[in-house]
Amino acid sequence: MSPSTATATAAAHPATAATEPLLRISGLSVAYGRRPGRAAERVLDDVSLDARAGEILGVIGETGSGKTTLARAVVGLAPVVEGRITVDGEEVTGLRGRPLRELRRSGRIQYMFQDPLRSLDPDLTVGEIVGEPLTVGTGTERGERAGRVREALELVGLPAEFAERTPGRLSGGQRQRVSLARSVVTRPRLLLADEPVSALDASNRNHVLLLLDELRRSLGLAVVIISHDLSSLAGIADRIAVLYRGRLVEQGPAEDVLTSPLHPYTALLTASAPSVRREHRITPAQLRPRDPRPEWTLQPPADACVFAHRCPFAGEDCRQAPAAAAHGGPARTVACHRAADWRERLTADAL
Amino acid sequence: MPPSPPDPDATSRTTVASSTAGPTPGAPVLTVDGLHITVGAGRAEAVRDVSFRVRAGEAVGLVGESGSGKTLTCRSVLGVGAPGVAVSAGRIDLAGTELTALTERQWEQVRGTRLGAVFQDPASYLNPSLTVGRQLAEPLRLRHGLNRAAARERAVELFASVGLHRPEEVYHRYPHELSGGMLQRVLIAVAVAGEPELLVADEATTALDTVVQAEVLELLAKLRTERGLALLLVTHDLAVVAEVCDRILVFYAGEIVEDGPTAEVVAAPAHPYTEALLRVASIGDWQRRDLAVIPGRPPEAGAAPVGCRFADRCAFATPACSDAPVPLTVRPDGRRVRCGRAGELALAGALDTRTPTSADPAGTAGRTHRTLQEVTA
Repeated sequence: MSPSTATATAAAHPATAATEPLLRISGLSVAYGRRPGRAAERVLDDVSLDARAGEILGVIGETGSGKTTLARAVVGLAPVVEGRITVDGEEVTGLRGRPLRELRRSGRIQYMFQDPLRSLDPDLTVGEIVGEPLTVGTGTERGERAGRVREALELVGLPAEFAERTPGRLSGGQRQRVSLARSVVTRPRLLLADEPVSALDASNRNHVLLLLDELRRSLGLAVVIISHDLSSLAGIADRIAVLYRGRLVEQGPAEDVLTSPLHPYTALLTASAPSVRREHRITPAQLRPRDPRPEWTLQPPADACVFAHRCPFAGEDCRQAPAAAAHGGPARTVACHRAADWRERLTADAL
Repeated sequence: MPPSPPDPDATSRTTVASSTAGPTPGAPVLTVDGLHITVGAGRAEAVRDVSFRVRAGEAVGLVGESGSGKTLTCRSVLGVGAPGVAVSAGRIDLAGTELTALTERQWEQVRGTRLGAVFQDPASYLNPSLTVGRQLAEPLRLRHGLNRAAARERAVELFASVGLHRPEEVYHRYPHELSGGMLQRVLIAVAVAGEPELLVADEATTALDTVVQAEVLELLAKLRTERGLALLLVTHDLAVVAEVCDRILVFYAGEIVEDGPTAEVVAAPAHPYTEALLRVASIGDWQRRDLAVIPGRPPEAGAAPVGCRFADRCAFATPACSDAPVPLTVRPDGRRVRCGRAGELALAGALDTRTPTSADPAGTAGRTHRTLQEVTA
């Protein structure tokens, strides 16, 4: 965290000391599809995470890992069955009716949806789209709105005349900036960005990422970036959390997680990322189970480690129960029975 | 991962490429010559004077930003241009067949048999109300005259060859029952079912998860070596091209600006735009702390500046760059580059690095290991 951010945060919220995370998720479980006689399927299971003001938390995982559900749970769009979520010290779990509506209208939490091409109303002008959260929320005078919209457009680097255009006339990168302007116009404390850059090419991707980086510094925002692509988090996220099938398998400082993953799944992710550099790489093949493999890993029992069927290091303890999140170093946790020794077995395999 | 060694050394890579080639090594499968493409029913020229070849067993990658003309070029090769898009000049030759002159009926003889293609969103290319097995077996019966049983047997074989587990079960699945990675494998099976000479992959791995993307790229590399397939890969991700392709063609504003063996281009780009692309690419550098961007925007389709089209975004541009058209020149080593100052510029490659550790693989490996021990201690 930069010194300027730290002071900005402390000044804005003297009560919440820098030690208290802005977003705190503890023991969160989410389940869908409760049917009579059938257990609901857990899409998130016992996930605990923090994000501080001025910090970017990257959440990564494959399709169906629960990363979008995690963000949706924070804004009350997913059925929480266990656990707590607090934002800025205030409990937001299980809010309904008026309190939920008030929280949403206050604009303190903003959600940037996937796919900027489809999440903007084609009939509205950019100015109307960006100003909409102020219109529906209370507490902003009509006369003040135009100024706030201009300010938000300026923050994301769009010229003021764009306010008159409709989304159809904008490029993908510009549309993503409009989404971002719409998200910051209410001066939120927490921004949840769902795949903010996956639809963009490399240069535009970096533009938007730099913008997020700048905004969290200037506004003291806590930002959660959800992505399926590790490389869009490298160089911008402070911390990275890795989800696999609804479980948090590893989290820690971004560079540590990427350069020395502790969980075999994280290692598989980093090894699979395409790269023009080839040196010092573990290959994905080294991290796949090879034959003969234990029979049980083909159809692992329900209470086994969720990664067991794809893990070359799975042993008897992995069959009994998934590993609990354990201390993996400074500010790191990892949920793997093999965290301490899989790497040694890997080197032996590689030879 | 691929059969080619993880060796950035240029010479060994090229030899591997030619030695792993298929039945007729080195024979050109696709020859594109002086291709011009117009959009908006002839109003604007979006691709200008594009020439390249793909040989049997060779993988060639087209890279560039959105709107650079790479997709238009590849769609013209497949004869599936959008309304208003037309080839205004040039030839596209597929092993002796001139494609630009084909009638729709003649195209049916080429697509699916001599030409295979995979696209970005596999689900939208399959019929949701038919099982995937039936969608593969149908062309086998129609095109290759197999009977029902033989077509099914062949389809299961193909599913197995693209790495689908339990192919007999997959045969009876509907598209919505399969994941994105499995659907892409199904489409690859459909694409190679006709034993094509050329496989075109247009952003085929862009929408996939990282792990699945790596697996699909491995599969393409495997099919290439096993079947001697020529591969034309279109993507905006330079790192993907670097993983798979022998040769890389860099597109900018409808023109080829650089062409050469991947390892050489990545190690020492000759065009400033290639250098810029390398800087912004996700090159697997986890220690990076700065995100580069290319300032400015590419010219609109149809804009026809006199001189170099990249000049206003180029850090090395001089007034002379905008004065006259810049030709694509062939260097003594065979690489092609469209830059008036190519001879005098020393551009940074992706393997150049400012961190001393990554220049020394052994040192880096040692360092990583030590960090791990510290962490687990």
